[in-house]
Amino acid sequence: MRFWKRKRDDAALNSILIRRPIQRYFWLFLLPTFAAFCVGFLYPFCKGLFLSFCKFKTTSKWTWVGLTNYAKALADPSFMHAFWYTAIFALVSLIIINILAFAVAYVLTQGIKGSNLFRTVFFMPNLIGGIVLGYIWSMIFDGILTHYGTSILLETKYGFWGLIILMCWQQIGYMMIIYIAGLQSVPEDMIEAAKIDGATKWQTLWRITIPNVMPSITICTFLTLTNSFKLFDQNLALTGGRPFIMQAGGLTVKTTEMLALNIVNSFYSTNVNSRGVGQAKAVLFFILVAAIGLIQLKSTRSKEVQQ
Amino acid sequence: MKKFLALLLTAVMVFAMAACSAPAADETEPAAESTAAPAEDTSDKPAATGSVYYLNFKPEADAAWQELAKKYTELTGVPVKVVTAASGDYQTTLTSEMDKSEAPTLFQCGNQGALNTWGEYCLDLKDTDFYKEMTTDDFNLFGENGEVLAAGYCYEAFGIIVNKALLEKAGHSIDEITNFETLKAVADDIHARAAELGFDAFSSSGLDGSSSWRFSGHLANMPLFYEFRDDNVTSQPATITGKYLDNYKAIWDLYTTDTATTGADIITATGDMSSGEFKEGKAVFYQNGTWEYAGLVEAGLKPEDLAMIPIYCGVEGEEKAGLCCGTENCWSVNKEASEENIQATLDFMKWVVTSEEGTTMMAEQFGPCPFKSAKTPENVFFAQANDYIAKGNYVVTWAFNYTPAVEDWRAGVVDALSKYVAGGSWDDVKTAFVDGWAAQYAAEHAE
Repeated sequence: MRFWKRKRDDAALNSILIRRPIQRYFWLFLLPTFAAFCVGFLYPFCKGLFLSFCKFKTTSKWTWVGLTNYAKALADPSFMHAFWYTAIFALVSLIIINILAFAVAYVLTQGIKGSNLFRTVFFMPNLIGGIVLGYIWSMIFDGILTHYGTSILLETKYGFWGLIILMCWQQIGYMMIIYIAGLQSVPEDMIEAAKIDGATKWQTLWRITIPNVMPSITICTFLTLTNSFKLFDQNLALTGGRPFIMQAGGLTVKTTEMLALNIVNSFYSTNVNSRGVGQAKAVLFFILVAAIGLIQLKSTRSKEVQQ
Repeated sequence: MKKFLALLLTAVMVFAMAACSAPAADETEPAAESTAAPAEDTSDKPAATGSVYYLNFKPEADAAWQELAKKYTELTGVPVKVVTAASGDYQTTLTSEMDKSEAPTLFQCGNQGALNTWGEYCLDLKDTDFYKEMTTDDFNLFGENGEVLAAGYCYEAFGIIVNKALLEKAGHSIDEITNFETLKAVADDIHARAAELGFDAFSSSGLDGSSSWRFSGHLANMPLFYEFRDDNVTSQPATITGKYLDNYKAIWDLYTTDTATTGADIITATGDMSSGEFKEGKAVFYQNGTWEYAGLVEAGLKPEDLAMIPIYCGVEGEEKAGLCCGTENCWSVNKEASEENIQATLDFMKWVVTSEEGTTMMAEQFGPCPFKSAKTPENVFFAQANDYIAKGNYVVTWAFNYTPAVEDWRAGVVDALSKYVAGGSWDDVKTAFVDGWAAQYAAEHAE
């Protein structure tokens, strides 16, 4: 009992006699998390990197082929198509989702009645899984499009805008929550001061509110950008890459196939020689997403207001 | 309050860890048992002490396999795990399962493409007791040196399933139909009077993933079969000419004209819709195979009202055609598995094709099986397949088993057919069919 009592004493806790053994065993405390990190991330990541230089059917049986996989990946027209398609998709969805999410958040912080209900309802689409969403929306779109004798699977532009609508529907609610948190933390005194100085509502929004919610904008643009690049479930379930274009020579380009789906398709295509190519694509994909994320984070951070 | 929260978090963490570790323990324990135990006493026990892991590819047969596996375990004590891959996901599932330390010991390797991929994992079944039970090599797949790499454990037949009762109601008889012209005449007549009769000629030919294989796979077999027959093709060809594609178009047009589901609606129509229409008596014809029999009878159709006729597509001499017989149901044993597990698997296979329980289940689920003690199935479609052969008609073999990169090639054909039904050009289908074949072959054989 006396031992416990003594431990509560701050001076005693900071004493080197207590701290030293704990410091010495820091690795023991790190071990569980570190082990999980290794098993769940580090090992698969390194193995994946390694396999991108190999030809393999199952990951345990491989032969080293060097950079061939990367050469093949970059020469693959479907990969290049998927890249540009994804990039355009990411840009469009980034703009639309963020503008709409901010607008909704702005309206819902003006103190209108039933704000909480609206927030809940707008947030709800997030709780539905991507595959389910994709199938539901494909039914909705096809329900409309069959009246005009067509289908979302027949036109690239339907597939593109369909996916944009789906992603907006799903993500606006989520981004809205982040924006609401940002908007609520804008200092009241600043807004009041602006009002006293005679600023219009528009001026207040642009000069006071937006600079103050820059951290939220950083987070939201970062999230929407990477989400769009990593998009897989919704893409698979909504169109699965269709319609295809048959190129001369019989090579197919799946016109609504995004990067992640392209990687999976090339990995699991019945042509087993392409597994390594799929892996190489995945590594390129990782570098791309990481780079975009970092650049974007850095450029938005510099615009943030220091409070 | 803080203390309480801390306690709560700790509890959550402990649960999370327990949840993470529990299934892992479950998976590893039987493995340890099965690999450690048999080393001592393999000699005095005839049954192996290993375990069996069967990766099944037919969801419709899953229940039957699970039950049979349970029975076998009760009888012998050998654990049999049956996992069924989701429809259309077999290759993906197999790829990831093969990589595990507990890889499937028994899996499906049903066509040339599968053999190109998994051939090096297949055990040569030639000298096994299981193989000695087989009555024919017709459905087996061989390696370059004649090794039996995959054993066809049943065969199937597909064609156009006919509801004879409805056909008679419409004032026609099945004997009228002997070739494409007569089939078209009957179908056109029924379709024209559909409103008055209350049923249409063909059930929907949906191009949703659950149904499209009937057309990109089975129906596409017709032009492939006749082309290969003309050219005496006996191994996977690098290119095809699409000589009989006009016939493919003729029958596809018939399917999609004389039916209640036309135009862009076809693109999203599912397999369930099509079989539903047939089961409810809303359609006279339904293209599918022998495996549908149990479901049709269960749905209340009388066996004597059911018949299966060949797919007629306007090829000369097709009056002498039979049903499309073949199989993709081939078993391969994983060479990489431990010796005990291989033995256990072979014993299990032999039991399945020789025991009362096994042969009963096989006859019910898979129809005729090429084994000495196989039972004769009740399925009337098989009786018909045999009748056609007995009458001297030629068997339409499964030419599509040569398809390179099956899934990819078929996806291309389905996409082109979708465009076509929505008013697009037939040339897309031709390109997907012919150029697609060449491209997939080249990709599959590229280093």
